[in-house]
Amino acid sequence: MITTTGLTKVYRSRGREVTALDGVDLHVREGEVYGVIGQSGAGKSSLIRCVNLLERPTAGTVTVDGRDLTALAGRGPRAGRELRQARSRIGMVFQHFNLLSSRTVQDNVELPLEILGTSGKERSRKALELLDLVGLTGKAKAYPAQLSGGQKQRVGIARALAGDPKVLLSDEATSALDPETTRSILQLLRDLNRQLGLTVLLITHEMDVVKTICDSAALMENGRIVEHGTVSELLATPGSELAAALFPVGGEASGDDRTVLDVTFHGEAATQPVISQLSRTYNIDISILGAAIDTVGGLQIGRMRIELPGRYEDNVVPIGFLREQGLQIDVLGREALLVKDGAQ
Amino acid sequence: MQPLLSQACWDTLYMVGWSTLIAVVGGLPLGILLVLTDRGGLLQNVLANKVIGQIVNVARSMPFIILMVALMNFTRWITGTTIGREAAIVPLAIGAIPFFARLVETAVREVDGGLVEAVQSMGGNTWTVVRKVLVPESLPSLISSTTTTIVALIGYSAMAGTVGAGGLGDIAIRYGYQRFETELMWITVAILAVVISVIQFAGDYAARSLHRRGGRSGPAPKLRLLKASTATGETV
Repeated sequence: MITTTGLTKVYRSRGREVTALDGVDLHVREGEVYGVIGQSGAGKSSLIRCVNLLERPTAGTVTVDGRDLTALAGRGPRAGRELRQARSRIGMVFQHFNLLSSRTVQDNVELPLEILGTSGKERSRKALELLDLVGLTGKAKAYPAQLSGGQKQRVGIARALAGDPKVLLSDEATSALDPETTRSILQLLRDLNRQLGLTVLLITHEMDVVKTICDSAALMENGRIVEHGTVSELLATPGSELAAALFPVGGEASGDDRTVLDVTFHGEAATQPVISQLSRTYNIDISILGAAIDTVGGLQIGRMRIELPGRYEDNVVPIGFLREQGLQIDVLGREALLVKDGAQ
Repeated sequence: MQPLLSQACWDTLYMVGWSTLIAVVGGLPLGILLVLTDRGGLLQNVLANKVIGQIVNVARSMPFIILMVALMNFTRWITGTTIGREAAIVPLAIGAIPFFARLVETAVREVDGGLVEAVQSMGGNTWTVVRKVLVPESLPSLISSTTTTIVALIGYSAMAGTVGAGGLGDIAIRYGYQRFETELMWITVAILAVVISVIQFAGDYAARSLHRRGGRSGPAPKLRLLKASTATGETV
Protein backbone atom coordinates (compact mmCIF):
# COMPACT_ATOMS: atom_id res chain seq x y z
CA MET A 1 0.00 0.00 0.00
CA ILE A 2 2.84 2.32 0.91
CA THR A 3 6.25 1.71 -0.54
CA THR A 4 9.29 3.88 -0.30
CA THR A 5 12.52 3.07 -2.05
CA GLY A 6 15.83 4.67 -1.26
CA LEU A 7 14.08 7.57 0.44
CA THR A 8 16.65 10.19 1.34
CA LYS A 9 16.15 13.58 2.90
CA VAL A 10 18.98 16.00 3.42
CA TYR A 11 18.41 19.34 5.11
CA ARG A 12 20.75 22.13 4.13
CA SER A 13 21.07 25.16 6.29
CA ARG A 14 23.91 27.66 6.22
CA GLY A 15 26.18 25.32 4.35
CA ARG A 16 25.69 22.48 6.83
CA GLU A 17 24.05 19.28 5.72
CA VAL A 18 21.97 17.09 7.97
CA THR A 19 20.84 13.72 6.67
CA ALA A 20 17.47 12.97 8.21
CA LEU A 21 16.66 9.99 6.02
CA ASP A 22 19.37 7.80 4.61
CA GLY A 23 17.93 5.47 1.97
CA VAL A 24 14.79 4.22 3.68
CA ASP A 25 13.01 1.27 2.11
CA LEU A 26 9.63 0.80 3.70
CA HIS A 27 6.87 -1.52 2.67
CA VAL A 28 3.45 -1.31 4.30
CA ARG A 29 0.96 -3.96 3.23
CA GLU A 30 -2.68 -3.17 2.61
CA GLY A 31 -4.85 -3.31 5.70
CA GLU A 32 -2.09 -3.54 8.28
CA VAL A 33 -1.06 -1.25 11.10
CA TYR A 34 2.61 -0.47 10.69
CA GLY A 35 4.56 1.23 13.43
CA VAL A 36 7.84 3.05 12.98
CA ILE A 37 9.56 3.55 16.28
CA GLY A 38 12.69 5.43 17.15
CA GLN A 39 14.09 8.09 19.40
CA SER A 40 13.59 11.74 18.58
CA GLY A 41 15.96 12.77 15.83
CA ALA A 42 15.95 9.30 14.29
CA GLY A 43 14.09 10.61 11.24
CA LYS A 44 10.60 9.28 11.93
CA SER A 45 8.94 12.63 11.46
CA SER A 46 10.74 13.28 8.20
CA LEU A 47 9.75 9.82 7.03
CA ILE A 48 6.02 10.24 7.63
CA ARG A 49 6.09 13.74 6.13
CA CYS A 50 7.81 12.41 3.05
CA VAL A 51 5.04 9.86 2.55
CA ASN A 52 2.49 12.54 1.64
CA LEU A 53 5.25 14.85 0.45
CA LEU A 54 4.74 17.55 3.04
CA GLU A 55 8.52 17.25 2.90
CA ARG A 56 10.12 16.78 -0.48
CA PRO A 57 12.52 13.87 -0.38
CA THR A 58 15.98 14.65 -1.72
CA ALA A 59 16.06 11.28 -3.49
CA GLY A 60 14.02 8.12 -3.72
CA THR A 61 10.41 7.39 -4.51
CA VAL A 62 7.16 7.14 -2.57
CA THR A 63 4.30 5.04 -3.89
CA VAL A 64 0.93 5.10 -2.16
CA ASP A 65 -1.89 2.89 -3.44
CA GLY A 66 -0.07 2.30 -6.69
CA ARG A 67 0.57 5.98 -7.46
CA ASP A 68 4.07 7.31 -7.56
CA LEU A 69 3.68 10.52 -5.57
CA THR A 70 7.23 11.66 -6.19
CA ALA A 71 6.44 11.70 -9.91
CA LEU A 72 3.28 13.75 -9.29
CA ALA A 73 5.15 16.28 -7.22
CA GLY A 74 6.75 18.07 -10.13
CA ARG A 75 9.83 20.17 -9.70
CA GLY A 76 8.55 23.35 -8.05
CA PRO A 77 8.34 23.70 -4.28
CA ARG A 78 4.56 24.02 -4.42
CA ALA A 79 2.19 21.09 -4.64
CA GLY A 80 0.47 20.77 -7.99
CA ARG A 81 -3.15 19.78 -8.47
CA GLU A 82 -2.46 16.07 -8.91
CA LEU A 83 -0.40 15.84 -5.76
CA ARG A 84 -3.04 17.73 -3.80
CA GLN A 85 -5.67 15.34 -5.10
CA ALA A 86 -3.56 12.36 -4.04
CA ARG A 87 -3.05 13.91 -0.60
CA SER A 88 -6.77 14.26 -0.07
CA ARG A 89 -6.92 10.44 -0.21
CA ILE A 90 -4.34 10.11 2.55
CA GLY A 91 -5.58 10.95 6.02
CA MET A 92 -3.20 12.38 8.58
CA VAL A 93 -3.48 12.85 12.33
CA PHE A 94 -1.07 14.91 14.36
CA GLN A 95 0.44 14.92 17.82
CA HIS A 96 -0.99 18.34 18.64
CA PHE A 97 -4.29 17.65 16.86
CA ASN A 98 -3.99 20.79 14.70
CA LEU A 99 -7.67 21.68 14.88
CA LEU A 100 -8.82 25.12 13.87
CA SER A 101 -9.80 26.88 17.07
CA SER A 102 -12.12 29.25 15.22
CA ARG A 103 -14.30 26.42 13.92
CA THR A 104 -16.70 24.09 15.66
CA VAL A 105 -16.00 20.38 15.81
CA GLN A 106 -18.34 19.76 12.90
CA ASP A 107 -16.81 22.53 10.81
CA ASN A 108 -13.36 21.11 11.48
CA VAL A 109 -14.44 17.74 10.15
CA GLU A 110 -16.05 19.43 7.15
CA LEU A 111 -12.87 21.27 6.22
CA PRO A 112 -11.36 18.54 4.02
CA LEU A 113 -14.75 18.16 2.34
CA GLU A 114 -14.83 21.87 1.62
CA ILE A 115 -11.45 21.49 -0.01
CA LEU A 116 -12.76 18.58 -2.07
CA GLY A 117 -15.71 20.74 -3.13
CA THR A 118 -18.44 18.62 -1.56
CA SER A 119 -21.86 20.28 -1.32
CA GLY A 120 -23.05 21.74 1.98
CA LYS A 121 -25.70 19.16 2.76
CA GLU A 122 -23.48 16.22 1.95
CA ARG A 123 -20.70 17.76 4.04
CA SER A 124 -22.74 17.99 7.19
CA ARG A 125 -24.23 14.52 6.70
CA LYS A 126 -20.75 13.04 6.32
CA ALA A 127 -19.31 15.03 9.22
CA LEU A 128 -22.03 13.93 11.62
CA GLU A 129 -21.65 10.34 10.49
CA LEU A 130 -17.89 10.48 11.13
CA LEU A 131 -18.40 12.06 14.53
CA ASP A 132 -20.67 9.15 15.40
CA LEU A 133 -18.03 6.75 14.20
CA VAL A 134 -15.35 8.20 16.49
CA GLY A 135 -17.70 8.39 19.45
CA LEU A 136 -18.34 12.13 19.56
CA THR A 137 -22.07 12.19 18.98
CA GLY A 138 -23.52 15.41 20.33
CA LYS A 139 -20.23 17.35 20.27
CA ALA A 140 -20.71 18.72 16.77
CA LYS A 141 -21.37 22.29 17.88
CA ALA A 142 -18.62 22.45 20.51
CA TYR A 143 -15.37 24.31 19.92
CA PRO A 144 -12.08 22.43 20.20
CA ALA A 145 -11.15 24.47 23.29
CA GLN A 146 -14.06 22.87 25.13
CA LEU A 147 -12.82 19.33 24.51
CA SER A 148 -10.35 17.12 26.33
CA GLY A 149 -7.17 15.95 24.62
CA GLY A 150 -8.63 12.57 23.75
CA GLN A 151 -11.75 14.14 22.30
CA LYS A 152 -9.63 16.54 20.25
CA GLN A 153 -7.73 13.64 18.79
CA ARG A 154 -11.01 11.92 17.96
CA VAL A 155 -11.99 15.03 16.01
CA GLY A 156 -8.59 14.89 14.32
CA ILE A 157 -9.24 11.28 13.34
CA ALA A 158 -12.76 12.04 12.08
CA ARG A 159 -11.31 14.87 10.01
CA ALA A 160 -8.60 12.62 8.61
CA LEU A 161 -11.27 10.14 7.51
CA ALA A 162 -13.46 12.71 5.77
CA GLY A 163 -11.88 12.20 2.36
CA ASP A 164 -12.48 8.42 2.50
CA PRO A 165 -8.77 7.68 2.63
CA LYS A 166 -7.31 4.23 2.18
CA VAL A 167 -4.27 5.21 4.17
CA LEU A 168 -4.00 6.95 7.51
CA LEU A 169 -0.75 8.52 8.63
CA SER A 170 -0.41 9.05 12.34
CA ASP A 171 2.30 11.40 13.52
CA GLU A 172 2.75 10.63 17.23
CA ALA A 173 -1.02 10.81 17.59
CA THR A 174 -1.02 9.66 21.21
CA SER A 175 2.18 11.28 22.48
CA ALA A 176 0.38 14.25 24.00
CA LEU A 177 -2.20 12.08 25.77
CA ASP A 178 -2.28 10.33 29.12
CA PRO A 179 -1.99 6.51 29.22
CA GLU A 180 -5.72 5.91 29.66
CA THR A 181 -6.66 8.15 26.73
CA THR A 182 -3.81 6.73 24.68
CA ARG A 183 -5.32 3.30 25.06
CA SER A 184 -8.77 4.43 23.95
CA ILE A 185 -7.39 6.27 20.91
CA LEU A 186 -5.30 3.25 19.92
CA GLN A 187 -8.38 1.10 20.30
CA LEU A 188 -10.24 3.45 17.99
CA LEU A 189 -7.47 3.28 15.40
CA ARG A 190 -7.50 -0.50 15.65
CA ASP A 191 -11.28 -0.60 15.18
CA LEU A 192 -11.09 1.71 12.17
CA ASN A 193 -8.34 -0.41 10.72
CA ARG A 194 -10.55 -3.50 11.00
CA GLN A 195 -13.91 -1.92 10.10
CA LEU A 196 -12.80 0.15 7.14
CA GLY A 197 -9.81 -1.89 6.05
CA LEU A 198 -7.75 1.22 6.61
CA THR A 199 -3.99 0.92 6.25
CA VAL A 200 -2.31 2.77 9.10
CA LEU A 201 1.27 3.99 9.17
CA LEU A 202 2.15 5.43 12.53
CA ILE A 203 5.28 6.81 14.05
CA THR A 204 5.83 6.83 17.75
CA HIS A 205 8.47 6.75 20.42
CA GLU A 206 6.31 4.67 22.72
CA MET A 207 6.85 0.92 22.63
CA ASP A 208 3.40 0.45 24.12
CA VAL A 209 1.80 1.79 20.97
CA VAL A 210 3.57 -0.78 18.83
CA LYS A 211 2.75 -3.49 21.33
CA THR A 212 -0.93 -2.62 21.44
CA ILE A 213 -1.93 -2.20 17.82
CA CYS A 214 0.83 -2.85 15.32
CA ASP A 215 0.93 -5.82 12.98
CA SER A 216 4.36 -4.84 11.77
CA ALA A 217 7.05 -2.55 13.06
CA ALA A 218 10.31 -0.96 12.06
CA LEU A 219 13.03 0.47 14.23
CA MET A 220 14.71 3.66 13.03
CA GLU A 221 18.13 4.89 14.02
CA ASN A 222 20.05 7.76 12.44
CA GLY A 223 17.77 7.97 9.43
CA ARG A 224 17.93 4.28 8.63
CA ILE A 225 15.60 1.40 9.28
CA VAL A 226 17.69 -1.05 11.26
CA GLU A 227 15.08 -3.72 11.88
CA HIS A 228 11.67 -4.42 10.43
CA GLY A 229 9.11 -7.15 10.09
CA THR A 230 5.83 -8.36 11.49
CA VAL A 231 5.70 -8.23 15.26
CA SER A 232 5.67 -12.01 15.58
CA GLU A 233 8.66 -12.30 13.24
CA LEU A 234 10.54 -9.74 15.26
CA LEU A 235 9.83 -11.50 18.51
CA ALA A 236 11.11 -14.72 16.99
CA THR A 237 14.35 -13.11 15.84
CA PRO A 238 17.18 -13.89 18.23
CA GLY A 239 18.93 -10.77 19.44
CA SER A 240 16.31 -8.44 17.97
CA GLU A 241 16.66 -5.03 19.58
CA LEU A 242 13.06 -4.24 18.84
CA ALA A 243 11.85 -7.46 20.40
CA ALA A 244 13.89 -6.82 23.53
CA ALA A 245 12.53 -3.29 23.74
CA LEU A 246 8.98 -4.44 23.04
CA PHE A 247 9.21 -6.91 25.76
CA PRO A 248 11.86 -6.13 28.29
CA VAL A 249 12.79 -8.39 31.17
CA GLY A 250 15.28 -7.29 33.76
CA GLY A 251 17.66 -9.06 36.08
CA GLU A 252 21.42 -9.35 36.47
CA ALA A 253 23.52 -12.51 36.90
CA SER A 254 24.24 -13.24 40.55
CA GLY A 255 27.84 -14.36 39.94
CA ASP A 256 30.56 -14.99 37.36
CA ASP A 257 30.06 -18.68 36.83
CA ARG A 258 26.43 -18.43 35.90
CA THR A 259 24.65 -18.62 32.58
CA VAL A 260 21.81 -16.21 31.99
CA LEU A 261 19.21 -17.07 29.38
CA ASP A 262 16.27 -15.17 27.96
CA VAL A 263 13.55 -17.65 27.19
CA THR A 264 10.70 -16.52 24.93
CA PHE A 265 7.55 -18.59 24.85
CA HIS A 266 4.95 -18.33 22.18
CA GLY A 267 2.21 -20.47 20.85
CA GLU A 268 2.19 -24.10 22.07
CA ALA A 269 5.31 -23.79 24.16
CA ALA A 270 3.69 -21.21 26.41
CA THR A 271 1.45 -23.89 27.90
CA GLN A 272 4.18 -26.48 28.62
CA PRO A 273 5.79 -26.71 32.08
CA VAL A 274 9.25 -26.57 30.54
CA ILE A 275 11.12 -25.04 33.44
CA SER A 276 10.18 -27.74 35.94
CA GLN A 277 10.87 -30.38 33.26
CA LEU A 278 14.31 -28.90 32.77
CA SER A 279 14.99 -28.81 36.46
CA ARG A 280 13.88 -32.40 36.95
CA THR A 281 15.55 -33.88 33.87
CA TYR A 282 18.98 -32.38 34.48
CA ASN A 283 18.73 -31.97 38.22
CA ILE A 284 19.77 -28.34 38.18
CA ASP A 285 18.60 -25.40 40.23
CA ILE A 286 17.12 -22.65 38.19
CA SER A 287 16.58 -19.16 39.49
CA ILE A 288 14.20 -16.81 37.77
CA LEU A 289 15.56 -13.28 37.45
CA GLY A 290 12.63 -11.71 35.71
CA ALA A 291 9.53 -12.68 33.80
CA ALA A 292 6.60 -11.17 31.99
CA ILE A 293 3.62 -12.26 30.00
CA ASP A 294 1.95 -9.92 27.58
CA THR A 295 -0.13 -9.69 24.48
CA VAL A 296 1.81 -8.31 21.55
CA GLY A 297 0.05 -7.82 18.26
CA GLY A 298 -2.76 -10.05 19.46
CA LEU A 299 -0.41 -12.92 20.39
CA GLN A 300 0.18 -14.23 23.87
CA ILE A 301 3.89 -14.01 24.54
CA GLY A 302 5.88 -14.86 27.61
CA ARG A 303 9.46 -14.05 28.30
CA MET A 304 11.57 -15.17 31.21
CA ARG A 305 15.11 -14.48 32.21
CA ILE A 306 16.58 -17.46 34.05
CA GLU A 307 19.93 -18.27 35.54
CA LEU A 308 21.60 -21.68 35.41
CA PRO A 309 24.57 -22.62 37.56
CA GLY A 310 27.84 -23.00 35.71
CA ARG A 311 29.25 -21.41 32.61
CA TYR A 312 27.80 -21.65 29.12
CA GLU A 313 30.02 -24.64 28.30
CA ASP A 314 28.47 -26.57 31.20
CA ASN A 315 24.95 -25.81 30.05
CA VAL A 316 25.04 -26.67 26.38
CA VAL A 317 22.84 -29.73 26.91
CA PRO A 318 20.06 -28.07 28.96
CA ILE A 319 19.99 -25.18 26.48
CA GLY A 320 19.64 -27.67 23.66
CA PHE A 321 16.75 -29.23 25.57
CA LEU A 322 14.97 -25.89 25.83
CA ARG A 323 15.44 -25.23 22.14
CA GLU A 324 14.01 -28.64 21.37
CA GLN A 325 10.85 -27.63 23.20
CA GLY A 326 10.36 -24.92 20.61
CA LEU A 327 11.48 -22.08 22.80
CA GLN A 328 13.54 -19.19 21.64
CA ILE A 329 16.71 -18.89 23.71
CA ASP A 330 19.03 -15.91 23.83
CA VAL A 331 22.17 -16.42 25.88
CA LEU A 332 23.15 -13.18 27.53
CA GLY A 333 26.69 -11.92 27.56
CA ARG A 334 27.74 -14.77 25.30
CA GLU A 335 29.74 -12.59 22.95
CA ALA A 336 31.47 -10.83 25.79
CA LEU A 337 32.42 -14.21 27.22
CA LEU A 338 33.88 -15.40 23.97
CA VAL A 339 36.05 -12.31 23.71
CA LYS A 340 37.28 -12.85 27.25
CA ASP A 341 38.12 -16.48 26.52
CA GLY A 342 39.99 -15.48 23.42
CA ALA A 343 42.07 -12.99 25.37
CA GLN A 344 43.09 -15.63 27.87
CA MET B 1 -20.75 76.19 17.66
CA GLN B 2 -22.77 73.02 17.51
CA PRO B 3 -23.01 72.74 13.71
CA LEU B 4 -19.30 73.49 13.56
CA LEU B 5 -18.47 70.65 15.91
CA SER B 6 -20.86 68.14 14.42
CA GLN B 7 -19.50 68.91 10.95
CA ALA B 8 -15.96 68.41 12.30
CA CYS B 9 -16.92 65.12 13.91
CA TRP B 10 -18.47 63.92 10.70
CA ASP B 11 -15.40 64.99 8.70
CA THR B 12 -13.09 63.09 11.01
CA LEU B 13 -15.19 59.95 10.92
CA TYR B 14 -15.51 60.19 7.15
CA MET B 15 -11.78 60.47 6.62
CA VAL B 16 -10.91 57.82 9.17
CA GLY B 17 -13.63 55.45 7.97
CA TRP B 18 -12.60 55.48 4.33
CA SER B 19 -8.89 55.38 4.99
CA THR B 20 -9.34 52.48 7.43
CA LEU B 21 -11.30 50.57 4.82
CA ILE B 22 -8.61 51.15 2.21
CA ALA B 23 -5.85 50.35 4.70
CA VAL B 24 -7.47 47.02 5.57
CA VAL B 25 -8.10 46.11 1.95
CA GLY B 26 -4.53 46.98 1.01
CA GLY B 27 -2.69 46.02 4.18
CA LEU B 28 -4.23 42.59 4.73
CA PRO B 29 -2.90 40.99 1.54
CA LEU B 30 0.40 42.81 1.94
CA GLY B 31 0.86 41.53 5.50
CA ILE B 32 -0.07 37.98 4.50
CA LEU B 33 2.31 38.20 1.56
CA LEU B 34 5.08 39.23 3.94
CA VAL B 35 4.54 35.99 5.89
CA LEU B 36 4.11 33.74 2.85
CA THR B 37 7.20 34.97 1.02
CA ASP B 38 9.42 34.74 4.07
CA ARG B 39 11.99 31.96 4.45
CA GLY B 40 10.13 28.71 5.02
CA GLY B 41 6.86 30.27 3.85
CA LEU B 42 4.48 28.73 1.37
CA LEU B 43 5.50 31.16 -1.37
CA GLN B 44 9.08 31.56 -0.26
CA ASN B 45 10.72 34.32 -2.22
CA VAL B 46 13.44 35.98 -0.25
CA LEU B 47 14.01 38.79 -2.74
CA ALA B 48 10.32 39.77 -2.92
CA ASN B 49 10.12 39.56 0.86
CA LYS B 50 13.09 41.90 1.29
CA VAL B 51 11.72 44.39 -1.21
CA ILE B 52 8.19 44.47 0.24
CA GLY B 53 9.58 44.59 3.76
CA GLN B 54 11.83 47.53 2.92
CA ILE B 55 9.03 49.50 1.26
CA VAL B 56 6.77 48.87 4.22
CA ASN B 57 9.46 49.94 6.67
CA VAL B 58 10.24 53.18 4.89
CA ALA B 59 6.60 54.09 4.30
CA ARG B 60 5.71 53.29 7.88
CA SER B 61 8.37 55.45 9.46
CA MET B 62 7.70 58.44 7.21
CA PRO B 63 6.27 61.34 9.24
CA PHE B 64 2.67 61.76 8.14
CA ILE B 65 2.81 65.45 7.41
CA ILE B 66 5.73 64.92 5.04
CA LEU B 67 3.99 61.99 3.39
CA MET B 68 0.95 64.17 2.86
CA VAL B 69 2.93 66.91 1.16
CA ALA B 70 5.03 64.47 -0.85
CA LEU B 71 1.97 62.68 -2.16
CA MET B 72 0.22 65.82 -3.39
CA ASN B 73 0.66 65.08 -7.08
CA PHE B 74 -0.54 61.54 -6.61
CA THR B 75 -3.53 62.80 -4.63
CA ARG B 76 -4.44 65.21 -7.38
CA TRP B 77 -4.21 62.42 -9.93
CA ILE B 78 -6.57 60.24 -7.89
CA THR B 79 -9.14 62.73 -6.61
CA GLY B 80 -8.62 65.70 -8.91
CA THR B 81 -7.86 67.99 -5.98
CA THR B 82 -5.37 68.40 -3.13
CA ILE B 83 -7.77 70.12 -0.77
CA GLY B 84 -10.61 68.76 1.32
CA ARG B 85 -11.73 65.52 2.93
CA GLU B 86 -11.35 63.35 -0.15
CA ALA B 87 -7.87 64.64 -0.75
CA ALA B 88 -6.88 63.81 2.83
CA ILE B 89 -8.07 60.23 2.52
CA VAL B 90 -5.35 59.41 -0.03
CA PRO B 91 -2.30 60.10 2.16
CA LEU B 92 -4.11 58.76 5.24
CA ALA B 93 -4.80 55.46 3.51
CA ILE B 94 -1.33 55.22 2.02
CA GLY B 95 0.25 55.94 5.39
CA ALA B 96 -1.95 53.36 7.08
CA ILE B 97 -1.47 50.49 4.62
CA PRO B 98 2.12 49.65 5.65
CA PHE B 99 1.24 50.30 9.29
CA PHE B 100 -1.60 47.82 9.13
CA ALA B 101 0.44 45.37 7.00
CA ARG B 102 3.07 45.05 9.73
CA LEU B 103 0.38 44.40 12.34
CA VAL B 104 -1.19 41.78 10.06
CA GLU B 105 2.19 40.17 9.57
CA THR B 106 2.68 39.82 13.32
CA ALA B 107 -0.84 38.46 13.81
CA VAL B 108 -0.58 35.91 11.01
CA ARG B 109 2.83 34.73 12.16
CA GLU B 110 1.26 33.67 15.44
CA VAL B 111 -0.88 31.07 13.68
CA ASP B 112 0.41 27.59 14.48
CA GLY B 113 2.34 26.11 11.56
CA GLY B 114 0.76 22.74 12.34
CA LEU B 115 -2.59 24.05 11.11
CA VAL B 116 -1.06 24.98 7.79
CA GLU B 117 0.46 21.54 7.55
CA ALA B 118 -2.90 19.94 8.37
CA VAL B 119 -4.65 21.78 5.55
CA GLN B 120 -1.84 20.88 3.16
CA SER B 121 -2.21 17.25 4.13
CA MET B 122 -5.89 17.48 3.17
CA GLY B 123 -4.90 18.62 -0.29
CA GLY B 124 -5.43 22.34 0.25
CA ASN B 125 -3.46 24.87 -1.79
CA THR B 126 -1.95 28.14 -0.66
CA TRP B 127 -5.16 30.07 -1.23
CA THR B 128 -7.07 27.55 0.90
CA VAL B 129 -4.49 27.96 3.63
CA VAL B 130 -4.92 31.74 3.58
CA ARG B 131 -8.71 31.63 3.45
CA LYS B 132 -9.41 28.77 5.84
CA VAL B 133 -6.53 29.02 8.27
CA LEU B 134 -4.43 32.17 8.34
CA VAL B 135 -7.25 34.73 8.28
CA PRO B 136 -9.90 33.04 10.46
CA GLU B 137 -7.37 31.83 13.02
CA SER B 138 -5.78 35.24 13.43
CA LEU B 139 -9.09 37.09 13.33
CA PRO B 140 -9.06 38.24 16.98
CA SER B 141 -5.57 39.72 16.48
CA LEU B 142 -6.59 41.21 13.16
CA ILE B 143 -9.49 42.99 14.84
CA SER B 144 -7.17 44.36 17.51
CA SER B 145 -4.83 45.50 14.76
CA THR B 146 -7.68 47.28 13.02
CA THR B 147 -8.57 49.07 16.26
CA THR B 148 -4.97 50.20 16.65
CA THR B 149 -4.98 51.41 13.06
CA ILE B 150 -8.21 53.39 13.52
CA VAL B 151 -6.85 55.10 16.61
CA ALA B 152 -3.60 55.94 14.79
CA LEU B 153 -5.60 57.30 11.86
CA ILE B 154 -7.60 59.57 14.14
CA GLY B 155 -4.26 60.97 15.23
CA TYR B 156 -3.04 61.43 11.66
CA SER B 157 -6.33 62.98 10.60
CA ALA B 158 -5.70 65.92 12.93
CA MET B 159 -2.88 66.90 10.61
CA ALA B 160 -5.16 66.64 7.60
CA GLY B 161 -6.52 70.03 8.61
CA THR B 162 -3.42 71.49 7.01
CA VAL B 163 -4.81 70.56 3.59
CA GLY B 164 -8.19 72.04 4.43
CA ALA B 165 -9.79 68.72 5.20
CA GLY B 166 -11.56 69.87 8.33
CA GLY B 167 -12.12 67.52 11.21
CA LEU B 168 -11.73 67.79 14.93
CA GLY B 169 -7.98 68.36 14.85
CA ASP B 170 -8.51 71.26 12.50
CA ILE B 171 -11.02 72.85 14.90
CA ALA B 172 -8.66 72.45 17.82
CA ILE B 173 -5.86 74.20 15.93
CA ARG B 174 -7.83 76.95 14.23
CA TYR B 175 -10.21 77.88 17.03
CA GLY B 176 -8.55 76.58 20.13
CA TYR B 177 -4.96 77.52 19.34
CA GLN B 178 -5.04 80.34 16.82
CA ARG B 179 -8.11 82.15 18.25
CA PHE B 180 -7.56 81.33 21.90
CA GLU B 181 -10.99 79.76 22.24
CA THR B 182 -9.81 77.38 24.91
CA GLU B 183 -13.27 76.11 25.64
CA LEU B 184 -13.72 74.84 22.09
CA MET B 185 -10.34 73.17 22.22
CA TRP B 186 -11.23 71.31 25.38
CA ILE B 187 -14.51 70.18 23.86
CA THR B 188 -12.68 68.70 20.87
CA VAL B 189 -10.26 66.99 23.24
CA ALA B 190 -13.21 65.51 25.14
CA ILE B 191 -14.95 64.39 21.97
CA LEU B 192 -11.74 62.76 20.69
CA ALA B 193 -11.23 61.03 24.02
CA VAL B 194 -14.76 59.65 23.92
CA VAL B 195 -14.52 58.56 20.27
CA ILE B 196 -11.19 56.81 20.84
CA SER B 197 -12.47 55.10 23.99
CA VAL B 198 -15.59 53.85 22.26
CA ILE B 199 -13.61 52.49 19.32
CA GLN B 200 -11.04 50.87 21.56
CA PHE B 201 -13.72 49.31 23.72
CA ALA B 202 -15.70 48.01 20.76
CA GLY B 203 -12.56 46.58 19.18
CA ASP B 204 -11.40 44.92 22.38
CA TYR B 205 -14.82 43.50 22.99
CA ALA B 206 -15.07 42.02 19.49
CA ALA B 207 -11.58 40.56 19.67
CA ARG B 208 -12.15 39.12 23.13
CA SER B 209 -15.45 37.49 22.33
CA LEU B 210 -13.94 35.83 19.25
CA HIS B 211 -10.94 34.80 21.28
CA ARG B 212 -13.07 33.33 24.03
CA ARG B 213 -14.96 31.29 21.49
CA GLY B 214 -11.75 29.99 20.00
CA GLY B 215 -10.32 29.85 23.50
CA ARG B 216 -6.66 29.21 22.91
CA SER B 217 -5.33 28.02 26.20
CA GLY B 218 -2.13 29.54 27.47
CA PRO B 219 0.24 31.90 25.71
CA ALA B 220 1.34 31.28 22.17
CA PRO B 221 4.24 28.81 21.97
CA LYS B 222 6.44 31.44 20.36
CA LEU B 223 6.18 33.62 23.44
CA ARG B 224 7.16 30.76 25.70
CA LEU B 225 10.14 30.01 23.53
CA LEU B 226 11.26 33.58 23.81
CA LYS B 227 10.94 33.55 27.58
CA ALA B 228 12.86 30.29 27.82
CA SER B 229 15.74 31.67 25.80
CA THR B 230 16.00 34.84 27.85
CA ALA B 231 15.89 32.77 31.01
CA THR B 232 18.83 30.66 29.88
CA GLY B 233 20.54 33.83 28.76
CA GLU B 234 20.43 35.14 32.30
CA THR B 235 21.94 32.08 33.85
CA VAL B 236 24.86 32.03 31.41
